[in-house]
Amino acid sequence: MLRVESATVRFGPTAALDGVSLDVAGGNVVTVLGPSGCGKTTLLRAIAGLQRLDEGLILLEGRNLDGVPAHERGVGLVFQDHALFHHRDVLGNVGFGLRMRGDSRRRIAARVREVLELVGLAGFERRSVATLSGGEQQRVALARALAPEPRVLLLDEPLGSLDRRLRDRLLEDLDHLFDRLRVTAVYVTHDQAEAFALGDRVAVMRAGRIAQIGSPDELWSRPADEDVARFLGLRNVVGGELVRPEAVAVRLAPDGGAGVVESAVRHGPTVRLVVRLDDGSTLEAAVAALDHPAPGDRVDVEVDPAGIVSLP
Amino acid sequence: MDANRPALTARSWRVLAYGVPLGFLGLFFVYPLVAIVVRGLRGTNGETALDILTDPLTREVVWFTLWQAVASTALTLVIALPAAYALGRYRFPGRSLVRALVLVPFVLPTVVVALAFLAVLPERLERGWEAILLAHAFFNVAVVVRVVGTFWASVDPRVSEAAATLGAGPWRRFREVTLPLLAPALAAAAAIVFLFCFTSFGIVLVLGGPRFATIEAEIYNQAVRLYDLQAAALLSLVQLAFVALAVWVTTRLERRLAVAGQLRAERDVLRRPRTAGEKALVAGGIGGLALFLALPLALLVERSLAVGGGHGLGAYRALGDETSALLVAPWEAVVNSIVYAAAATAIALVVGGLAAFAVSGPRSGDGRTRVLDVLLMLPLGASAVMLGLGFVIAFDEPPLAFRAAPWIVPVGQALVAIPFVVRIVAPTLRAIDEREREAAALLGASPGRVRREIDLPIVSRALAVAAGFAFAISLGEFGATVFLARPERPTLPVAIFRFLGRPGELNAAQAYALAVVLMLVTAVSAFLVERARVRRGGWV
Repeated sequence: MLRVESATVRFGPTAALDGVSLDVAGGNVVTVLGPSGCGKTTLLRAIAGLQRLDEGLILLEGRNLDGVPAHERGVGLVFQDHALFHHRDVLGNVGFGLRMRGDSRRRIAARVREVLELVGLAGFERRSVATLSGGEQQRVALARALAPEPRVLLLDEPLGSLDRRLRDRLLEDLDHLFDRLRVTAVYVTHDQAEAFALGDRVAVMRAGRIAQIGSPDELWSRPADEDVARFLGLRNVVGGELVRPEAVAVRLAPDGGAGVVESAVRHGPTVRLVVRLDDGSTLEAAVAALDHPAPGDRVDVEVDPAGIVSLP
Repeated sequence: MDANRPALTARSWRVLAYGVPLGFLGLFFVYPLVAIVVRGLRGTNGETALDILTDPLTREVVWFTLWQAVASTALTLVIALPAAYALGRYRFPGRSLVRALVLVPFVLPTVVVALAFLAVLPERLERGWEAILLAHAFFNVAVVVRVVGTFWASVDPRVSEAAATLGAGPWRRFREVTLPLLAPALAAAAAIVFLFCFTSFGIVLVLGGPRFATIEAEIYNQAVRLYDLQAAALLSLVQLAFVALAVWVTTRLERRLAVAGQLRAERDVLRRPRTAGEKALVAGGIGGLALFLALPLALLVERSLAVGGGHGLGAYRALGDETSALLVAPWEAVVNSIVYAAAATAIALVVGGLAAFAVSGPRSGDGRTRVLDVLLMLPLGASAVMLGLGFVIAFDEPPLAFRAAPWIVPVGQALVAIPFVVRIVAPTLRAIDEREREAAALLGASPGRVRREIDLPIVSRALAVAAGFAFAISLGEFGATVFLARPERPTLPVAIFRFLGRPGELNAAQAYALAVVLMLVTAVSAFLVERARVRRGGWV
């Protein structure tokens, strides 16, 4: 469906995109996960035709897009801060792409109604976009990109500017929407939870290259290297081996033990304990129990061999 | 780097956006300026340039121009600051109406303002420096109230509250917190007012009498009354040098004063006046300003009705009759003014609008754009009288013998209006989010369509405002027009000036009557633009 082949973009001496290749099958969602400045936005702009490639190819349904301007690509993009047309109402925003391709007024109205219903904004046609909340603006931006039925939908950190609760709700809505419409999408984010929740496959980007691409389970169980492991939040890397935190058992040992608990932080159902071992190194453990050791306690640690992954 | 960019700024469009303004300003601004320099340095009647520059009369004129500009600026600040404070700190009924009305004097023609003060002042003060300072303050309070008041409304009041919790009393809070924070706005407003007063022409010519003249008025005297074009040209150069110096000093000052304060939204800052003292301050500041602005205009109307010991419409009726003051019936001046102003507005919108696109386009910041940017602002400092004089000198001989052509009047008026058009339109264009254009392109809009669907609707509001300004400026334009308008085709300000030069009660009353007509035409056109803007706003 969408194929990127060794795409390279240089800004002066630095390469923002350094030989990136990516395949997105029809109806699939690929999320691109990486820290800011890793080139993920540049990748989206290149696919959209807003950024010229210095090297490489982009093919959409087998057609080479080189030289095809943005307005003829049939690619939808949801911008980071929405980039809504502030001089138009919701109808003017969502119907814009339909008007550009010459749809009749009636067809535009019908399609806009349909899409607004889809994103949960039924009846918002005449509202001015300036009066909408952040979440509503985001939904309008999504509806605007979806309305002309683009062949590929690109999303650039669409939830980045929203607060946590709203983000979680929109994330769920997006997931349902993607499933229902079977859209082909590339979704860029720096948030691991978003990437894993939405992506059929997740591409981890670093310094203009794709470090690893795979399903969320693949990534989590077999990170390609230490950097990827650390970026995913797996910090127990000892001599080329990764120790999964859930494979580390911790027991109180007031009179002996192997180390001291440095911190205990709850993440939902589990508690992350950081243990400073007597040899000076640290080990992280994920514990499900309610009565867990507290910072300052001396503890023994035991590692289940099945939770040790050797990194290349 | 941007795949879409070359298409967005199609070559032909760029040529147009740069070429038209550069060509227009080159022919009608740079060339006349060069002609003034050449004329000023070429001695014709035995006098050298040095003789004229060291003449005691020249020194006197420069000194008066300087001190009256400083004093007028100070007076303007004193009158305007209480109102700026009220508008910048308090929410009260009619606040937005006050903000709109305070702009009225600023768009009034200078000749009208001068006549209003002739009407309001006792005869003893009628022609003197006091009248000049008051008229300048009347004209310029709008600048201070709007610039300082708007800025004040964005200064976080919590900073001052923090100073209070640290033990600072009201006066120290004002001196050590509020004043330094306001300094950039105060300096900017004062600089604009100073420049306007320094190059003041119509007000000084009418109210200064024979004793007081600014450089600008003296240029006119030398050129038109004494027909000494060399002296006029030299004085123009002196004025240009002073204006350049003033602009340089104020930009440096503004940069030094700039404080990176935390700005807040107006709605978080404004509050209702609570104590009796606060209420008195608001009422006094706004009421005093209202009286200062309304009284002269009311008396202007009264004087236009005063004929033969009583009141009546005699002066207005006489506008239809032939008069010895003009070669035509006075009412024809109304028609001339409207036709000229409409043409000038069209020229200013095309040239200024294209220039605004050029200086705010994706290449803004490169050398070519900066040249255009500076070139566009220069007519502001060069002043209207200099433009008029430049036209007279430069377009005197074939193949450029334009000075008698009817279209040269709107061209001169448009030059005065163009900097305002650019200043109004360019910021709006710059404020358009590039991603909105990208979003439109991704939804299938071709580059031309992007300009039509995104840029034009957003800019149309600014263009309407600019058109209103350009029309009002052209209607009241006096400095350039007085050089260029043919005797058989006077504009309203020129006709008013001619009537004032004649003795007799009816002539005076007719001058007042024409001033009232000019004021009404200006007000009606501003009102129509405002309405058109609202309607378009609903439609786009």
